[in-house]
Amino acid sequence: MATYLEFIQQNEERDGVRFSWNVWPSSRLEATRMVVPLACLLTPLKERPDLPPVQYEPVLCSRPTCKAILNPLCQVDYRARLWACNFCFQRNQFPPAYAGISEVNQPAELMPQFSTIEYVIQRGPQSPLIFLYVVDTCLEEDDLQALKESLQMSLSLLPPDSLVGLITFGRMVQVHELSCEGISKSYVFRGTKDLTAKQIQDMLGLTKPAVPVQPARPAQPHEQPFVSSRFLQPVHKIDMNLTDLLGELQRDPWPVPQGKRPLRSTGVAVSIAVGLLEGTFPNTGARIMLFMGGPPTQGPGMVVGDELKVPIRSWHDIEKDNARFMKKATKHYEMLANRAAANGHCIDIYACALDQTGLLEMKCCTNLTGGYMVMGDSFNTSLFKQTFQRIFSKDFNGHFRMAFGAILEVKTSRELKIAGAIGPCVSLNVKGPCVSENELGVGGTSQWKICGLDPTSTLGIYFEVVSQHNAPIPQGGRGAVQFVTHYQHSSTQRRIRVTTVARNWADAQSQLKHIEAAFDQEAAAVLMARLGVFRAESEEGPDVLRWLDRQLIRLCQKFGQYNKEDPTSFRLSDSFSLYPQFMFHLRRSPFLQVFNNSPDESSCYRHHFARQDLTQSLIMIQPILYSYSFHGPPEPVLLDSSSILPDRILLMDTFFQIVIYLGETIAQWQKAGYQDMPEYENFKHLLQAPLDDAQEILQARFPMPRYINTEHGGSQARFLLSKVNPSQTHNNLYAWGQETGAPILTDDVSLQVFMDHLKKLAVSSAC
Amino acid sequence: MNVNQSAPPVPPFGQPQPVYPGYHQSSYGGQPGSTAAPTPYGAYNGPVPGYQQTPPPGMSRAPPSSGAPPASTAQAPGGQAAYGQFGQGDVQNGPSSTVQMQRLPGSQPFGSAPLVPVVSQPAVLQPYGPPPTSAQVTAQLAGMHISGAVAPVPPTSGLGYGPPTSLASASGSFPNSGLYGSYPQGQAQGHPGAQPPQRSVLPQASSFTPSASGGPRMPSMTGPLLPGQSFGGPPVSQPNHISSPPPQALTPGTQMSGPPGPPPPMHSSQQPGYQLQQNGSFGPARGPQPNYGSPYPGTATFGSQPGPPQPLPPKRLDPDAIPSPIQVIEDDRNNRGSEPFITGVRGQVPPLVTTNFLVKDQGNASPRYIRCTSYNIPCTSDMAKQAQVPLAAVIKPLARLPPEEASPYVVDHGESGPLRCNRCKAYMCPFMQFIEGGRRFQCCFCSCINDVPPQYFQHLDHTGKRVDAYDRPELSLGSYEFLATVDYCKNNKFPSPPAFIFMIDVSYNAIRSGLVRLLCEELKSLLDFLPREGGAEESAVRVGFVTYNKVLHFYNVKSSLAQPQMMVVSDVGDMFVPLLDGFLVNVNESRTVITSLLDQIPEMFADTRETETVFAPVIQAGMEALKAAECAGKLFLFHTSLPIAEAPGKLKNRDDRKLINTDKEKTLFQPQTGAYQTLAKECVAQGCCADLFLFPNQYVDVATLSVVPQLTGGSVYKYACFQVENDQERFLSDLRRDVQKVVGFDAVMRVRTSTGIRAVDFFGAFYMSNTTDVELAGLDGDKTVTVEFKHDDRLNEESGALLQCALLYTSCAGQRRLRIHNLALNCCTQLADLYRNCETDTLINYMAKFAYRGVLNSPVKTVRDTLITQCAQILACYRKNCASPSSAGQLILPECMKLLPVYLNCVLKSDVLQPGAEVTTDDRAYVRLLVTSMDVAETNVFFYPRLLPLTKSPIENTTEPSAVRASEERLSNGDIYLLENGLNLFLWVGASVQQGVVQSLFGVSSFSQITSGLSVLPVLDNLLSKKVRGLIDGLRAQRSRYMKLIVVKQEDKLEMLFKHFLVEDKSLSGGASYVDFLCHMHKEIRQLLS
Repeated sequence: MATYLEFIQQNEERDGVRFSWNVWPSSRLEATRMVVPLACLLTPLKERPDLPPVQYEPVLCSRPTCKAILNPLCQVDYRARLWACNFCFQRNQFPPAYAGISEVNQPAELMPQFSTIEYVIQRGPQSPLIFLYVVDTCLEEDDLQALKESLQMSLSLLPPDSLVGLITFGRMVQVHELSCEGISKSYVFRGTKDLTAKQIQDMLGLTKPAVPVQPARPAQPHEQPFVSSRFLQPVHKIDMNLTDLLGELQRDPWPVPQGKRPLRSTGVAVSIAVGLLEGTFPNTGARIMLFMGGPPTQGPGMVVGDELKVPIRSWHDIEKDNARFMKKATKHYEMLANRAAANGHCIDIYACALDQTGLLEMKCCTNLTGGYMVMGDSFNTSLFKQTFQRIFSKDFNGHFRMAFGAILEVKTSRELKIAGAIGPCVSLNVKGPCVSENELGVGGTSQWKICGLDPTSTLGIYFEVVSQHNAPIPQGGRGAVQFVTHYQHSSTQRRIRVTTVARNWADAQSQLKHIEAAFDQEAAAVLMARLGVFRAESEEGPDVLRWLDRQLIRLCQKFGQYNKEDPTSFRLSDSFSLYPQFMFHLRRSPFLQVFNNSPDESSCYRHHFARQDLTQSLIMIQPILYSYSFHGPPEPVLLDSSSILPDRILLMDTFFQIVIYLGETIAQWQKAGYQDMPEYENFKHLLQAPLDDAQEILQARFPMPRYINTEHGGSQARFLLSKVNPSQTHNNLYAWGQETGAPILTDDVSLQVFMDHLKKLAVSSAC
Repeated sequence: MNVNQSAPPVPPFGQPQPVYPGYHQSSYGGQPGSTAAPTPYGAYNGPVPGYQQTPPPGMSRAPPSSGAPPASTAQAPGGQAAYGQFGQGDVQNGPSSTVQMQRLPGSQPFGSAPLVPVVSQPAVLQPYGPPPTSAQVTAQLAGMHISGAVAPVPPTSGLGYGPPTSLASASGSFPNSGLYGSYPQGQAQGHPGAQPPQRSVLPQASSFTPSASGGPRMPSMTGPLLPGQSFGGPPVSQPNHISSPPPQALTPGTQMSGPPGPPPPMHSSQQPGYQLQQNGSFGPARGPQPNYGSPYPGTATFGSQPGPPQPLPPKRLDPDAIPSPIQVIEDDRNNRGSEPFITGVRGQVPPLVTTNFLVKDQGNASPRYIRCTSYNIPCTSDMAKQAQVPLAAVIKPLARLPPEEASPYVVDHGESGPLRCNRCKAYMCPFMQFIEGGRRFQCCFCSCINDVPPQYFQHLDHTGKRVDAYDRPELSLGSYEFLATVDYCKNNKFPSPPAFIFMIDVSYNAIRSGLVRLLCEELKSLLDFLPREGGAEESAVRVGFVTYNKVLHFYNVKSSLAQPQMMVVSDVGDMFVPLLDGFLVNVNESRTVITSLLDQIPEMFADTRETETVFAPVIQAGMEALKAAECAGKLFLFHTSLPIAEAPGKLKNRDDRKLINTDKEKTLFQPQTGAYQTLAKECVAQGCCADLFLFPNQYVDVATLSVVPQLTGGSVYKYACFQVENDQERFLSDLRRDVQKVVGFDAVMRVRTSTGIRAVDFFGAFYMSNTTDVELAGLDGDKTVTVEFKHDDRLNEESGALLQCALLYTSCAGQRRLRIHNLALNCCTQLADLYRNCETDTLINYMAKFAYRGVLNSPVKTVRDTLITQCAQILACYRKNCASPSSAGQLILPECMKLLPVYLNCVLKSDVLQPGAEVTTDDRAYVRLLVTSMDVAETNVFFYPRLLPLTKSPIENTTEPSAVRASEERLSNGDIYLLENGLNLFLWVGASVQQGVVQSLFGVSSFSQITSGLSVLPVLDNLLSKKVRGLIDGLRAQRSRYMKLIVVKQEDKLEMLFKHFLVEDKSLSGGASYVDFLCHMHKEIRQLLS
């Protein structure tokens, strides 16, 4: 079904949408029997260089409960200048501006190729971009210096009229006032005391009553929109000031006694950042960028005490319910995240430390607001520097690849309802006729807020078919979904991107083949994985695995071809063939397995998994392995221990890590220095090839992956060994001594065993 | 009654005047004796000062007085004759003029020579007993009485004095030389000493000779005295004493040789006085003396004075006949001002605080450090109760000394720390008794026997003294310091150098008044003058800066910064210090940053509209900052308004004049909230002292705001309606002084006493967490602590009573030290001894503080009644037990306490106890506060202001003019007067002052052109202008606070203000005049006696 693959790809490129099913079962019952829910991965701001935004506003359906946007699927009566909404069938007049409309003179939104279209809203004040740096000063001198330089550099990347602010914290929290000449001024807060938004604003002098008392200096009146901008100033005005200020930043001066952690008031700092923006720029796109070099150790949101002898919580502690501060801290950060989200502000966390920093507790800050979470060892690494710089990367128009304060609204035709969404979003709790009562992910609403998003931000959106089993499907009827994304473009424009997609209905009983053929196993794998990860946040790991297994078995039972009780007869069609393998690797992935990962790492991995697009997500689930050898050009090989051969160089991309692994022989050759001998130049080229390819990936990826260059027997080889399918282990002795690959010392089951069990269970009538 | 009584006196007065001469003399004699604190002299021995001796103790007074009367009578005639001219005039002027007279001529020289010897020997020990009582001053209300009094006196004196011998001697002495001769022997009685001086005065040539002989004796005396080192002084003194001795030596010499010649004349005049002394003490007499000198002719001048008595209506008590503070002060100056006060002898009464004298420490603390209400303590509590004389010491542990006196030596006992008694923990002092060949010592306080540590061992000489006694300050001096070991430090860590934090109100009011700009400008240069220790090149004190209105701004002025950084803390509800590094800095290292900061502060807040301020959080912040820096320090708070912003320590305006004279009046003096006390407690624990400069435009609740400064040993300065133009100089001058003065931090003071008495009550600016330790976050040289003692057992006459005041503090360089002051007092079994060795100024200091604290708990009326009752009881007890029998209508006052009524009246009519309509609640609280830490000199002038006539004496005369009594009657409308009380300074210009004077002083042509309320005299190049300005500068230099000058014209509306300070007159607020009060007191006494 090459056609379906093409169709899927085409749709993805045009609309940024991938559905698990591209032909939809027509009734609720059938839909549930499909096992994999009807769902899609939506990349709302997929980069579309070929799609210039239109400079007018969309035409809305006049029915108040609908308000769908005019789209190519609508029936249009050119003569009567009427159009029928394809969601609610309301007939609407075209607005006066559309007077000249005709079949040959169609507005863009009616053209089929513009199923995705972007409008620019001219109304309303244009609010500038806001960047609020929240900087930890409890860092080592080197780290702080590196961070300062990165921050100073970033100033030059910001649009001149964007607003910046600076909050630093250590034992205290300082909000720096940027407007003053001469003396640098900052407001200082105790790091141990949580303050309400109101208190913060009072103390910063941001509340209204304070305005008459302390009116802006005469110099400021012309900036009326930014009444309280003492803390947030346009970059072009305070560029020099801020650079100096950053330059003068000192390490937190409070002494840290032996055996103690520095006191770090991260919780209060974030609280103040949120409170500050809340008071000054509610509902304006803003980015709070938190840079921290260690765990919060005091005040609300503390994750660990300051005694070094008490280590930060591990998964073990959490399972034993032994993490003293976790619940309270999590609650604190959730509360902040929700407030920030409500105001359209996103929070990034850049945590660079060798130990954990409390990302587990703080993850909601990024996850709910669409911020980035970056984890590194030190601010003085290229991983951080590059990643940070990449945040400010620009698109072909010279605009940042970031957008703010988006509201995603989903409209469905009547046969469908919205079950929920999984991704960097929060519910706006907008009930409506198209909202299902069964929730998958964040449900119960037809609108979500995504405070920060970029062209790769992707949400999983889950639907429920609601038409009854007996209801006839209109012949040739199509179900339609419209995604409306209001957002603040990085050029400060308000924009609306509208994507309207439709799929055919099919009767699962008569047309199962069609449905089967239209299965998108990649999308399905990712969507199921998101559901699994979403569950893993709140459920025990084994339960989630069991659930995944059961779903897989049911899917195989439904779509496999087999004779009962005969595992060997089991076959899956092409469109399902890869799916079990994805599930196998998903089960082993850090998203569901916490073994060997700290809670912070798990949180960080899950964070990225929940926002990346399909391709990246798949890499995360099943890393890609390339082989370089003298036997031919570089080729992808199985992610299997059998691929590890002495005369190969392997390049593995797990999204988070790029591993280059020199096989045993290659490593010996390299040690012997053959690459430096002119007659072995080809060896030199061979060594170089994976490096170049790795560079390419490193250049493009956000966040920058950890780059690991290792060899056979090297300690870092574990990154590779832990990922490959352990087809050969110390357990299957027959493999010893064979020239195929390297044995992995693990008790994990191999793919082969997994598949065998799967087949056995699928064909068994027991379940 | 009074009136009646007074009435009678009048007539007598008329007579008396003639008598005066006698009086004067007598008084003089008496006064000198009395004032001078005769006893000490005795001790002193006169070597030095004959003078002092004269004064010596009340004893001297007594005898003289007693003797005097007769003498007076006898002499009177002669004197009268002489006086006759002076007549009334003398009376009035008398005091001042006399004073000079006395001083210059005879008394000093004389006294010194003769007295010395005499007194020294015996005086100390026995002398007192006998002579002492004599001190009574019999003030006869009725002239009649007076005369009568005179007659009776002799006998009384004899009786009262207890020591008949003395009397005899006294009487005998009168005879003069004869007595003297005897004196040497009689010296023991001390009187002799006292008398001698007088006598010296008295004696004519003949008498002198004796004195002369006394001189010779001196040497001899000295010989024996030698032990007293200093004594040897007279002769020796030169070497030892350096400057002081020489003069003394000279004087004696001169006297010796010349005695007969010069002195006689002087004395002769005085002599008559002597006899009168008793009576004369009352003050009237003085007049004459001055005249004596040359002045006799001067009568004319006298006449000029307004007050002249003659005219007095018959009915009134003649003001001139009642004891005059001026006279007493003058006499003491004349008698005791020229010779050093040597502290070697137990129980000496020091010269008055108004007298300039040098002190030689020979084992007892200088009176600059400790003054007592009485230097002779009753042995039993029964006696003490009977006398009602409070036993109190006014201690100023860090008092500044004149340059001629060496500051206390620092003793380092090494790692073992200062040597102390094992039981009572008293520190090693000269009174400790070494026994067993020096291997042990017996504590002089608790009698415990302690081992002498090996490293401290030293052999004893044949007298039982350690051989090294004179090499060790702690064995030979009254005041010295120990270096403290780490055991004496907080947390067992040596302290870091202290820090100063300047906390500046930058609310609208402060900015508008120009205060902030002025202050910042001044600080730039002032920071170079932070206190430093010894010869240190730069001050160890670090500085920090905070500004505030409703929120606080801290400044990072770290030297490495190009610009200061401001850190705002808005969380005033829960104050904390936002930075550590860079807040407290060394001035020199961070100079550029600090300068930049001070330049910018006025600019930054120039447009502020913020009117609300906080206060408690500011102090809290300073305290926290010191805590964070782990050091003690001082906060300089510059505050303008009632702190009404929402924060801890928020205050309401609760000023309510309706409460005055009700039972609720006390609430006006109490703090509004307990928050400040709690805060103060924390401050004290941290060694954080707060100095508060207030610049209110309206009510700021001084009573509450001053709680922290008060409890932390800080000062409060108040500049109502501050305007840069008018108040700049005053504020800056106070500020400079306050910043520069040497301060001890984190101090604990403890007063130990011999068994039998103990310190029971403390007054001053400090905090006490238990009943014995006075905790002072900061203590400077201006602050005093008044300590009251009570008996808990019998005292022993032989061993006397010892006080040891130990102050543990951190010096401004961060050195931990112990300053020890020791004082030995006599004990007595005779009330007369007590009354002869009292010091009224100290008594008033104590009583004022007692009363001012009383207003916190009792209605003001009750407090005043208590004072009056106590005073009456004191005097009645004297009358009953010590004075010679006399008619009930006669008011007899002890010589030492003859000023008690006038001073007490001043206390009673002070703003706190009897506010006038124009006195604000804040002012009262402020004054109450100031008085609480005042020393004796300050209370003295504060309650009885100095009134100096500027145009009386010839312009060429460079000495300070003699004061006149603070009464409107004393003002002549043709003169200009200067009035000061330590806080205020007025220049009163009479309406008919000569144009020339007006021109040369004010640079305008007539009286009417003088600007009323002028605060600066134009700088004019003429003698008068220079002299007056010099005088004003001189007065200001004497006081711890800058006194702003106010020029008041006669009949101007400002005059009301001025008249408020004429304390002998009836006050507008209902305060009694001196005369009326004296009558009232007399009535009270009579009631008690009957």
